[in-house]
This record gives sequence, C-alpha cells and structure tokens, in this order.
Amino acid sequence: MAEPIETTEDQEAGAPRVAGGSWQGYLTGMVFAIILTLASFWVAGTDLVWGPGVPILLAVLAIAQMGVHLVFFLHISSAPDSLNNILALAFGVFVVALVVFGSMIIMANLNANMMSMPELMNMQR
Amino acid sequence: MLGKLSWAAIPFDQPIPMIASLLVMLTISAILLLFTWKGWWPYLWSEWITSVDHKRIGVMYILLALVMLVRGFTDAIMMRSQLALAAGGAQGYLPPEHYNQIFSAHGTIMIFFVAMTFMVGLMNFVVPLQLGIRDVAFPVLNSVSFWLTAAGVLLVNMSLVIGEFARTGWLVYPPLSELAYSPGVGVDYYLWALQISGAGTLLSGINLTTTILKLRAPGMGYMRMPIFCWTALASNLLIVAAFPILTATFAMLLLDRYLGFHFFTNEAGGNAMMYINLIWAWGHPEVYILILPAFGVFSEVIATFSGKALFGYRSMVIATMAICVLSFMVWLHHFFTMGAGADINGFFGIMTMIIAVPTGVKVFNWLFTLYGGRLRFDAPVYWALGFMVTFVVGGMTGVLLAIPPADFVLHNSLFLVAHFHNVIIGGVLFGAFAGYTFWFPKAFGFKLDERIGKAIFWCWFIGFYLAFMPLYILGLMGATRRMQHYDVAGWQPLMLVALLGAIVILAGIVLTGVQLVVSIRTRDQRRDHTGDPWNGRTLEWSTPSPPPAWNFAVLPAVNGLDPYWEAKKSPKSHRQNGPDLETIAVPRNSPIGFVLAFFAVMAGFALIWHIWWMAIAGLIGALMTILAHAWRVSDEVEYVVASQRQRAAI
Repeated sequence: MAEPIETTEDQEAGAPRVAGGSWQGYLTGMVFAIILTLASFWVAGTDLVWGPGVPILLAVLAIAQMGVHLVFFLHISSAPDSLNNILALAFGVFVVALVVFGSMIIMANLNANMMSMPELMNMQR
Repeated sequence: MLGKLSWAAIPFDQPIPMIASLLVMLTISAILLLFTWKGWWPYLWSEWITSVDHKRIGVMYILLALVMLVRGFTDAIMMRSQLALAAGGAQGYLPPEHYNQIFSAHGTIMIFFVAMTFMVGLMNFVVPLQLGIRDVAFPVLNSVSFWLTAAGVLLVNMSLVIGEFARTGWLVYPPLSELAYSPGVGVDYYLWALQISGAGTLLSGINLTTTILKLRAPGMGYMRMPIFCWTALASNLLIVAAFPILTATFAMLLLDRYLGFHFFTNEAGGNAMMYINLIWAWGHPEVYILILPAFGVFSEVIATFSGKALFGYRSMVIATMAICVLSFMVWLHHFFTMGAGADINGFFGIMTMIIAVPTGVKVFNWLFTLYGGRLRFDAPVYWALGFMVTFVVGGMTGVLLAIPPADFVLHNSLFLVAHFHNVIIGGVLFGAFAGYTFWFPKAFGFKLDERIGKAIFWCWFIGFYLAFMPLYILGLMGATRRMQHYDVAGWQPLMLVALLGAIVILAGIVLTGVQLVVSIRTRDQRRDHTGDPWNGRTLEWSTPSPPPAWNFAVLPAVNGLDPYWEAKKSPKSHRQNGPDLETIAVPRNSPIGFVLAFFAVMAGFALIWHIWWMAIAGLIGALMTILAHAWRVSDEVEYVVASQRQRAAI
C-alpha cells in the first residue's frame, strides 16, 4: 500500500486541473479584451455620450476589462478548487480598497481642526 | 571614487560608539578565529549557511534575533541610564544627537530584527512540522529570505562604525527625514536596510502562506490545522498585504532623498502627512503580524501543559481571522492628534475598541482551557501565565489610548511608550521565549535547563513591571517620549526605578546565555529520546528530536484535530502502513541566499554612500546570481529511508 507517499508530489502534479486553460478560452478572452479596449477609445472620443458620463463609462469598461482578465487569463472561477484564489483576490481587493479610499478620506479630513487659511493669516497680522 | 565615504565617517571623536564597535569587532574576530582554528567552516558552510532546510533556517532566524536582542537592549539600557542621570540641570552622558540615534536604532532593531525575526523563525521551524510535511513550499526562497534579513541586520550594524544612524525615531517621519533636515547617511542606512530585509520578509510571507494553503498532510483540512498554523496563516497574509505598502512608502521617501522628488517635502505640493498615513497603514497590521504567532504559541503551550484540547478552537480561528481583517481598519489611531476631525477620529477610535473584542475572546479561551486542566508548571507555562496578566494590562491601556480625547492628553508621552512595551514585551517577547523553550528540545534533541528558564522568566517579568510601570506614571505626569534630559527633579526617583527594572531584565538576558551554555554542557543528561518531551498534541512531536531533514518518512494521515494526541491514545492506529524503504527527494543546498545577500549588502552600502559604480556592480552581481540559479542543473538529493513501519519493527 503506497498511499501515504504519493501525497505532496501528486498535489503538485495535479495542478493543471484548473478550468479554462484551452485555446478557445484564451481566444475568447482576447476578443473580449480587444472589444473592451476599442470601446474605451471610442467612448473617450465620441460625443454620443453625455460629457460628464464619459469617466463613469470608462470606469465601467475598465472594471469589465479586469473581469475578463481574471476569468479568461487568470482562470478565477467559482469551481471549488479555486476557492483559495477567490479568497486571496477578495482579501487583496479589500486591502487595496481600504488603503486607497481610507487614505483619501483621511487626507481630505486632516485639516478639519485647522482654521481656514485667510483667518489664520488675519491672526498673524 | 568613494562617494561621500571618507575617514570622517568613522566617529573617532566619540568614545562610546568607538568602544562599542571595538568590542563588537573584537568579538567577531574572536569568533572567526575560533571557527578557523577549529576548522568549522566547511561544516558551517554546508550544513547551515547554504542549508535550505526550514528547521535550520528557523534556528538561524532565532539566533539572529537573540543576537540583535542584545544589541537592542544595549541601546535600551543606555537610554534608561541617561534618563536616570539627566534630571534637573544635568545633561547625562549622551549628547542629544547620539541619544536620538540610540532611540531610533533601538526601535528599528527591536521591531524589525528581534520581534519580527524571532516570530518568522518560530513559524519557519514549526509550521511545516505541525502541518506534517517535509518542507516549506519554496525551500530555496526561504534561504534567500533569511539571508536578505541578515543583510539588513548587517547594514544597520555597520552604521554603528561607519557614519551614523537615523536620528528621526524608528519610523523616520518626514519632513525631518527629508534631505533638507537629515542630510547625513543615517536615514539612508535605515531605508536601505529595511528595504532589503523587508523584501526578505515579504518573500518569507509568500512562502509560508503558500505552504499553509497548499501543502498539508493528507486529511488535514483547514479546521484540523493546529492553532499555531492558523495564527501563522493570518500573520503571513498580513505580511503579504502590508509589506508592499512599507516598501512603496520607503521607495517614495528614497526618491525624495535621492532624486529630488517631492512626495513628502514641504515644498512643491508634497505632503508629509501622506507618509505618516501610509506608514501606519503598514504599521498597524505589523503589530498584529508580531502578536498573532505569539497568540498561537500560547494556545499550543496552554493546551499541551493543561493536558486537554484547546477550549473553543473554532472561536479561536474566527477571532484570529477577525483580527487579521480588522487590523487593517484602525491605523489612524496612531495619529489622532495630527489634524483629523471628530468624525474620522471617532470612527477609528471605535474600530480600535472593536479589535479588542476578538483578543478578549482569545484570553477567555485560554482561561477556559486552563480551567479543569492538570496544569504542569514547566517554564513555557510561566511565560504563558505571565503573558496573560501582563498583556491584559497592556490591552487595557491600549483601549484607553483608543479614546481620542484621552489620546490628546497622552500622545507622545512615556505613557504611550509604556503601553506598547507592555504589549510587545508582555505579548510578543514572552511568546517568543515561550516558543523558544517549548520547541528547543524538538530542534536540538535536549531540553533547556528548567530552573534557569524559570529564573529568566522572573527576571523579565519583574524587570518589565519595574521598568515600565513608572513610565505610565511619568507619562501621566507629563514626561514626553524621546527626551534626552528633563528639568523636573521630581521625576528622577521613578526614572531610577525604571533603570533598576532594566537591570533586572539585563540579568534575564545574561541568564539566557548562561542557560544555553549550561544546557549544552549537560546535554547528555537532558536528552529527549522519545521526540515528545512535553506530552504534546500536534504532529511535530511525532517526529524524533531533532527531526531528520525530511521531517516525516511517511506523511502522516490526519483524521482530526490534535492527531498525535489521538494516535497516542490508541497506539494501534499510530503505526502506519507503508513500504519498508522509501526514496525521499530533499532539495539540494544552495548558496544563492548567501551570495544574493552579499550583493545586496554591497549595493545597499554603495547606495547609502553614493558610490554609484559599486551599487551598479552589486545589482549586476545579484542579477547574475539569480540567472546562475535559474540555469542550475539539479536541485534535489534523494535519500533512501527506512519507513516508520520498519523502524517500529526494529
């Protein structure tokens, strides 16, 4: 009985089970990525979209692009064996969002206890 | 040719650093001579320096931490004696510019090179053994991580002899740390040492996270992992998430200092507050990186010596992961007083109080584990009980400081200094020593001297209270941190008590060395032949002490929590079926870590002193080393090992 030995090596060898590693998968991803890229350039140049809406649309396209990359190229899926990847991604996104938005809020609030500049200048006079 | 480096860099006119460095150099040359004379170099090179065995690397980490503890403590006792003298009109014996370097070096060394290094060492040694596997996920990378940390240590210590260290406090806040106000090489020493060792820490974090997530003994699901592995997982996830922030922040400060950028300057739209914000976005997770493995050590120690399973394993896991996430949401409490309004301060104050909840859950779990157990009073238990008392006191003062209005009174005072020493000594350091005493017999095959071990505990415990309780009082009386002398003569008695405490701690440190010497000399009487000296619960105790390079001849099959404990209860299931002889592939030793660290020191030193040709040479050397390693031909050695069944038959 040789079960106990074939453990670690076999886990490594079993790695390429991840779904989506096929030609078709990569090609589909490529097509989506190109469409989203071209769409972004089009949105930036067009006047069909209401002006202030352009940045929002660009953000939407960018997030969609990230999704395409994650699904087709990085093979993030809802399969049970990629739970680690999803959790790692979620933790990463959480931390980055926390630090970026937290810093923005903190920096915007830092002068809350200061007098406004003109008042301060008046005091110095 | 040599950039800013000249004979003026060596402080011939300052007797204290000269004598200190002379002593250090004499010690080092004595050790080098001894090694050469005894002919230990080939052994040292092939068995330790190039080793990629996680146990050896763990031991080297801990040795490094102990050596740096001596260095950091030297700084500490100099500060304490300075403050015991410099009352009223007196100036003490340390001039301000030297005193500033000492407290900066003390903080940097104690956090990055003692606490951090000790914890990473413990995790390196214990985690693969507890998981029932043969090594970490990337053994060679592990060696690289260690040697990069050692490179950082070397750079920090070089600053003692050549040039100066930062005078800015341990987190080098700008604008003081900018070129305009710190034109010397001190801040550069700090930055490059921590960039190099920080890279090592990050690599080690990735390595251990991968190990825990991907390599576990067959049958060991997440909820069957020993609690130390859970805390190690949380800690390493925090390393992976937080250390890039540190590296990026230091990189921006380096750009400010070297290339005239203005991220944190006062001019050209720079904002020093951004540095303080970012450094604490790393800094707060960092304190949990340190304390979480210590929590794990105490959980193992208390469960083992109570002779029963840990109370509330699931709640312990949930508390650990909750701390892991929450630790990223409290960082502003390090700068309540730097301008933020009531909304923001209130939010972060409440978050800080919330993070005390999972910590409290853990304390109660430990108490309930003790309850009804048959506690054996060995030295690790002393540390664990001392921790529970001390850490709760430190936690309470922490919650007190979390109230923004109280923080406005107490910030930058000795009260704060007493608080974080209370949690770091009472938590991290006690945990490190508990783990050191607990796993020492596993690492070396013999127990440490029990009586001296308890004496070390009492020295640290009493010494801690003597040294830091006066600082709480002084802080409330208005004494600020980082002051070199004070006018209020009434503070002096308390300062003298604090110095006495430091001297008691010194006795504890001396005794640690004595304990090692005594235990090694009498090792034959204290041998551990069973591999299980403490009647342990987890898989590391099922291996012989010290474990072979491959840890487990047959990977253990795990079917529950505390598998070794269960196996001992039913001896039949312990024996495993398997072939009589097995081939086990063990990664080949590699000098890449050492060589990379050599080039890293070279490049770092050159960048500090603006010796550009040498910096380029160092970087090219490091690149070539990596390329040479990438083209290596073979990287594994095969051993034929008698399996457990055969050994049982013998």
